[in-house]
Amino acid sequence: MLNSISDKVISGERLTKEDAVALFESGDLFAVGRLANNISEKKNGKNAYFIVNRHINPTNICINRCKFCAFSRSKGEAGAYELTIEEIIEKLKDGHGFSEVHIVGGLHPDWPFQYYLDMLRSIKKEFPFIVIKAFTAVEIDYMSRISGLGIGDTLSELKKSGLDLMPGGGAEIFAEGIRNKLCPEKISGDRWLEVMEAAHNASIKTNATMLYGHLESIEDRVDHLFRLRDLQDRTGGFQAFIPLSYHPKNTEIGGFYSSAIDDLKTIAISRLVLDNFNHIKAYWIMLGEKVSQVALLFGADDIDGTIIEEKITHSAGAMTEEGMTREDLIHLIKRAGKTPVQRDAFYNTIWKE
Amino acid sequence: MERIDRDTALKFFKDSDLLDLGEHADNIRKKLHSDGIVTFIVDRNINYTNVCVNKCKFCAFYRDEDSPDAYLLDKDEIFKKIDETIALGGTQILLQGGIHPDLGIDYYTGLLKSIKNRYSINVHGFSPPEIYYLADRHHLTIKETLVMLRHAGLDSIPGGGAEILSDRVREILSPKKIKSSQWLRVMEEAHKIGMRTTATMMFGSVEEPEDIIEHLEAIRNLQDRTGGFTAFIPWSFQPGNTELSQIGGATAVDYLRVLALSRIYLDNVKSIQASWVTQGLKLAQVALRFGADDFGSTMIEENVVRAAGVSYLVSKEDIIEAIKSAGFKAAQRDTYYNILKEF
Repeated sequence: MLNSISDKVISGERLTKEDAVALFESGDLFAVGRLANNISEKKNGKNAYFIVNRHINPTNICINRCKFCAFSRSKGEAGAYELTIEEIIEKLKDGHGFSEVHIVGGLHPDWPFQYYLDMLRSIKKEFPFIVIKAFTAVEIDYMSRISGLGIGDTLSELKKSGLDLMPGGGAEIFAEGIRNKLCPEKISGDRWLEVMEAAHNASIKTNATMLYGHLESIEDRVDHLFRLRDLQDRTGGFQAFIPLSYHPKNTEIGGFYSSAIDDLKTIAISRLVLDNFNHIKAYWIMLGEKVSQVALLFGADDIDGTIIEEKITHSAGAMTEEGMTREDLIHLIKRAGKTPVQRDAFYNTIWKE
Repeated sequence: MERIDRDTALKFFKDSDLLDLGEHADNIRKKLHSDGIVTFIVDRNINYTNVCVNKCKFCAFYRDEDSPDAYLLDKDEIFKKIDETIALGGTQILLQGGIHPDLGIDYYTGLLKSIKNRYSINVHGFSPPEIYYLADRHHLTIKETLVMLRHAGLDSIPGGGAEILSDRVREILSPKKIKSSQWLRVMEEAHKIGMRTTATMMFGSVEEPEDIIEHLEAIRNLQDRTGGFTAFIPWSFQPGNTELSQIGGATAVDYLRVLALSRIYLDNVKSIQASWVTQGLKLAQVALRFGADDFGSTMIEENVVRAAGVSYLVSKEDIIEAIKSAGFKAAQRDTYYNILKEF
């Protein structure tokens, strides 16, 4: 079975859902990893990308309260916070030479659409060179509801105010049954894909994610990957795919961390199935810097960036630091035998040795 | 399976693709442990003192005798720790300390006897530097010292203090610590009187690949003669709070490479331990596919690595789950790798 899949991959033939399921069920970690690394090197050579970036979470107050989430709070609850635009600007003044700011937050019950537009404008005014990657499809849908604008108009207002790119969060698992158990209040998988399609049509590039390792089956993962591949066929608007390993601490679902073997296989299979994505990211905050480094040999070509301050995964028991230095990232990549490439938000090379 | 020589090992280590090396090691592990079981032991590290005359540069644990943080546990403190260990299903204590200049062999034999009088627990204690120091201090032979300790209750010896068994490297890292040949001699004498020991290797500091091979060769040679090593435990130098903190230390890929090579080279050592204490549970899971078949200890208490700023909070349940979710059966073992309980 693995041999016929391997032949397909090498001849550039697309994998079927059955192939993907067979890969997940295979115990041959090394063959799957080698195949994925092979494809990764065909697309990106020995390059492994990183970015000097910063995360900002403007609020943890959220009307959705997903069951896998340990970050969100209700308004008035202990630990709830909201940043002012001035506070957000202050965080960016830290002066690490950020080329990108990643902004995602809860669905705040009181903030008007204007607040988000003002946030973008103020950041752009103060830091014209920082690319703003902000708001998941879930937040965009919410803004469309509070503004009364359609998705297209919501996106175009945001873009006019300074939105450059969108992250891939909120995708979780598309399959309806599991999604209803995980996050009944969140937009559906179909809606998530609709918002992304609209963003791509408005020339806003985005990422895509998948949260795995909780209640989903292998078939649910495969379904998720294929829905992404289909949309990418139509729009080409996704830059990177980022599998996110579930973290169990302080969540309603509980359970265990995904195994690192599963993490590596998921990275590798994503690389093999998503033949129309340029980049697969091993997000070190979630995988840990150690497994992320190993993932660079299992099909990943990106390990994200300096981040500085990470709140969401750390609320759920992340075992990593909240940030890494540029030197740390370069060291990890080099020791994996790959070539470190500092990129901007659009994967243009900023620095390469 | 044919034994590989030093040149081949060096070539594997330097040039081979990590996944190829891992798969090679994984295949050997599968042959030696065809039941798919990954073992662990429930035990506790009791570091009776942090006072040490050796002052190795890679160590963040040692203190001078007059330091405000210097300590020497009294018997009641040690008993309390053993009580807790037994309550948690522990079968072993790892008793290890610094080399305290005021403690003679009477202290050690007295402590061992008082432990054995109260408890039926395996005492895995005193690495070769401690044993060598005692022999030297009392003008005893290594064998005499070991016999006295065993008579008092010492069951087995941990493989610590090996660091890198290359005197070139030891001269830089730990000039006051016993030399490579002395470490090996203590282990050989112990094996000869029927005591089982483990062997360790600390890499990722200032050694070259050749030093790692020299270390593996020394262990393999001794094992050919005695068969006394139960397991080999490679772990990586933790630079925090040490004199060598400017060194970055081994990354995950470096760790897996050394681990896999160890499994391939040491064809006469049955068990290779993953070091979750230095690598974290996730990389330890990956290690199970790169040659390791044992998760080591649950470490009810661990002080030495923690002093270097690394700590992972892990319970016995976490270890069982980590082993199972990596695709193996989990089993608690005793010091001699007999299975006590499957989970």
